[in-house]
Amino acid sequence: MSAQRAGLAGSVARRVLPPVALGVLLVGVWYFVSYVVLDEARRFLLEPPHEVVAVGFLDAGNFNEMMAGLWSSAKVALLGLVISIVIGVALAVAMSQSKLVERAVFPYAVTVQAIPILAIVPLLGFWFGYRTMPRVVICVIISIFPIIVNTLFGLQSAQRGMHDLFTLHGSSRWVRLRKLMFPASLPALFTGLRIAAGLSVIGAIVGDFFFARGEIGIGQLLLRYANRLQGEQLLASIIVSSALGVAVFLAFGWLQQRITGPWDDTGAG
Amino acid sequence: MAADGALSFRHISMTFPDGTRALDDVTFEVSKGEFVTLVGPSGCGKSTVLRIAAGLLSQTSGKVEVDRERLGYVFQDATLLPWRTVAQNVALLAELHSVPAVERRRLVAEAIDLVGLEGFENHYPNALSGGMRMRASLARTLTLKPPVFLFDEPFGAVDEITRARLNEETLALFAQERFAGLFITHSIAEAVFLSTRVLVMSSRPGTIVDSFDVPFSYPRSPELRFDPAFAELSGRVSHALMAGHR
Repeated sequence: MSAQRAGLAGSVARRVLPPVALGVLLVGVWYFVSYVVLDEARRFLLEPPHEVVAVGFLDAGNFNEMMAGLWSSAKVALLGLVISIVIGVALAVAMSQSKLVERAVFPYAVTVQAIPILAIVPLLGFWFGYRTMPRVVICVIISIFPIIVNTLFGLQSAQRGMHDLFTLHGSSRWVRLRKLMFPASLPALFTGLRIAAGLSVIGAIVGDFFFARGEIGIGQLLLRYANRLQGEQLLASIIVSSALGVAVFLAFGWLQQRITGPWDDTGAG
Repeated sequence: MAADGALSFRHISMTFPDGTRALDDVTFEVSKGEFVTLVGPSGCGKSTVLRIAAGLLSQTSGKVEVDRERLGYVFQDATLLPWRTVAQNVALLAELHSVPAVERRRLVAEAIDLVGLEGFENHYPNALSGGMRMRASLARTLTLKPPVFLFDEPFGAVDEITRARLNEETLALFAQERFAGLFITHSIAEAVFLSTRVLVMSSRPGTIVDSFDVPFSYPRSPELRFDPAFAELSGRVSHALMAGHR
């Protein structure tokens, strides 16, 4: 029993220790750069970690400002993601039902993916103004492709034998879609969702850089802190934006595990 | 409908669009209470016969007679839906045929009982062995109470011991349900052990070159496999198979 517990503790240690050790090392390098590489006049370029924590996280005013920005960007990312899911899944279903639709739509899906966001910023501003709307549009543009591609792949992943089974028993298109193709698509769909969710967070922050009116997002704050040489807040904002991306990735991983985990042993857990 | 033929093939030929001649003038009949096995070399079109019987393929010429309303078809793979538990998988066909829920539950319980999967109702297929998956697949087909049962090399992928057990269980099902069975295999021992009649197919284009009545009465004991008469008949089927392998 105690040997078992020791084994468990050992395995936890093996999983937890390496990243913790690397983290400590990185913080060490950070201190080294702040205090040894940079002289006092240039220390604002990389404030030491405890300053970042003190000014960025422990100062209530700064922290609340950052959280409000993060929340605003999270809402934009989420809205964009939801729109991407609705449109992307609908398109993938249409493409799975008709080769003609697949052939017609696919080149445009690829094109949307290839649009350089910077190139359409003026157009988006022209059409949608400079508030929340164009930021959401950017999230949709950069997150929809992985949803379309992965969902379509998933819908087409059911084996021929399973299709034969449904054919033999006279299933309608709708029954086949609902009972065979859609459930078969779930593991791939979730893979697409995880990728898309991360991209949507990036889209919301990038969108902030260009569309600055209305609610202030975390991207706007990043720009403002950089312009004002507020190194502590800048680094703290980068940390919380990354945390948002990681949280979204983990949340969808958890959801995938909940929904397809018991039966899907092929998908990445 | 043919006289008492639950399934009849009359002069069936099949040429695929790419020009491959799969079947040439295949004629046979399976009556209720008969278990007919089709043996032949790989690629001789055995599975094509089954797919035509089931209506998954259309023959180039000839006539098929079979009631497709409640056709049982057991695939090479178990083809269980991985996101459904055993009980949900077994319920699938009844569901597709809009059997009311109460009746469906009864059929599912009965079929699971018949194949000996009690206690595994709530397991997902990924937690089952190959043999258990095939049993679940059989149970799924049994819920239809099909008068005609088609088997497409269903036990090819399981180990020898499991295969022998599944053979015995299939025989027990046949003894109980008395359907018309058409079973495809390339194992001669399996063919002779299971069936009332063995049809031998030639290599492509497949045609039936020989037919053997199997005289052993049901129920058959596993010991039958070691009977000299069994070996003798297997030998004759084997010779016919080799003669047809051009």
